[in-house]
Amino acid sequence: MIGDSRWGIRLAHAILILGILIVAFPLYYVFIASTHAGPDIVRPPMPLTPGGRFIENYRAAFFEGAANLGGVPVWRLLLNTAIMALGIAVGKIVISITSAYAIVFFRFPGRMVFFWIIFVTLMLPVEVRILPTYKVMVDLKLIDTYTGLILPLIASATATLLFRQFFLTIPGELVEAARIDGAGPFKFFKDILLPLSKSNIAALFVILFIYGWTQYLWPLLMTNQAEMNTIVIALRKMVSFVDHGTPWHIVMVTCVLAILPPVLVVVLMQRAFVRGLVETEK
Amino acid sequence: MSGRVVFPNKLLPYLLLAPQLAITAVFFYWPASQALKQSMQREDPFGLQTTFVGLANFRRVLADPNYLNSVKVTAVFSLSTAFLALALALPLAVMAEKVVRGKGIYRTLLIWPYAVAPAIAGMLWLFLFNPAMGTFSYLLRANGVAWDPLLKDGQAMGLVVAAAAWKQISYNFLFFVAGLQAIPRSLIEAAAIDGASGPKRFWTIVFPLLAPTTFFLLVVNTVYAFFDTFGVIHAVTQGGPGKATETLVYKVYNDGFVNLQLGSSAAQSVILMGVVILLTAIQFRYVERKVHYG
Repeated sequence: MIGDSRWGIRLAHAILILGILIVAFPLYYVFIASTHAGPDIVRPPMPLTPGGRFIENYRAAFFEGAANLGGVPVWRLLLNTAIMALGIAVGKIVISITSAYAIVFFRFPGRMVFFWIIFVTLMLPVEVRILPTYKVMVDLKLIDTYTGLILPLIASATATLLFRQFFLTIPGELVEAARIDGAGPFKFFKDILLPLSKSNIAALFVILFIYGWTQYLWPLLMTNQAEMNTIVIALRKMVSFVDHGTPWHIVMVTCVLAILPPVLVVVLMQRAFVRGLVETEK
Repeated sequence: MSGRVVFPNKLLPYLLLAPQLAITAVFFYWPASQALKQSMQREDPFGLQTTFVGLANFRRVLADPNYLNSVKVTAVFSLSTAFLALALALPLAVMAEKVVRGKGIYRTLLIWPYAVAPAIAGMLWLFLFNPAMGTFSYLLRANGVAWDPLLKDGQAMGLVVAAAAWKQISYNFLFFVAGLQAIPRSLIEAAAIDGASGPKRFWTIVFPLLAPTTFFLLVVNTVYAFFDTFGVIHAVTQGGPGKATETLVYKVYNDGFVNLQLGSSAAQSVILMGVVILLTAIQFRYVERKVHYG
């Protein structure tokens, strides 16, 4: 562009690279730590080049887990977290798209009341109703179940609003044409609305998958048994600076494996991710 | 909207809405109403008897020095986090808009922390900076800095702010890039032809035109720091040392689950609800319009 000198561009590259290094360093550090033996990790300064125990550490973590957490293998923690994240993402999309469909394409008494009932949940995040919600979960015997981890989190005002917004842009002629051709509400939904919503669904899926994967307060309350922990909660429980038995090499491997899946989703589905971020914040 | 073509079914829309409504009723409205009720009750420690006490819980909470401390901590924490995350992301976004080669790679390498759980972001920083094994603590102390975030208030706050802001850089970066792309090139080029230097162009044209984006991000970052950083606090400092990093959300959890003060915790929840309503109102009233100020 006019006015940008060659040195200005070089400086821009330098600042960006510096920024990337700062942003990436903590992850690099943990990855390096995950390839060293436990005692080497806690003896500062830790070496900043990879150690020779990559395969050994990852195998031990993946199949045997941390002894101070009842030896739940990391594959189990990953499975729990994946079930929770996928359940939340799919659940939110399904119940939001049907709600938005009802609100936009039908006329019935109480329509706007229901819309507002859903909208107001925006103002009731888990954090402001922790104790009573916990009590509901206990009464329904949902502690330590996948249902308990997923179900209460799938109501979504944001996703409903997003689908509603999108459905309102669909021209009435399309509905009319479909009706003249004899399509009922199910056929219209399946053959016209769903294909049109594909990119919106993909964008929401990425955002909601990350939302589910990174949950903290809810799984902390909902899980007592070590086998039901999500990987983030398990990692938190493994770490202790006072306890000399903390298996640091397992901790570091778990940390890397907890970060990797959602990061891969963001990197590989970058277009959907960016779209999702921008859309859900409108 | 009244002229919209719709399907004539009468029962179907209720069935379509039913799952979402059932979940909101059981897991949102019922617990929220319970929080309201409990906030006006006092329960004995064994949970055998409850008495209606009106607004006494609120009066007690608002007069409690620990609560007021927590309000201050939350304000400092939220504003520092928002400011730091914005201040780091803006130059990166401006630079990313300047370069042509490697743009995509830079973007990919800057956005991934969005996917890191706040609690894990906290632990990453804790691994680097905890006094027992952190390499950076070692370096700091080797250079004569008395570094101990587990004992020193300011250092503990600095650590949680750094971790919380680190995770948010990627988000702000993306929105700043989008904001920068919306600024007409012709304006900047005209200024360049008139001889305005790079920094001058930035502060007189780019920065003011970016104000709506910045304001939007300020609100979003504050909300993030308020509610989504429970994990950072819980994983890194647990509110300590003393109560130096006890944010409002952490205090609700701590008083309810650890100290079992139900009435007080419920009253705090209700106050937080008020805060959320206020922030949501601000978001919808002012942010949605995306206007330029001046």
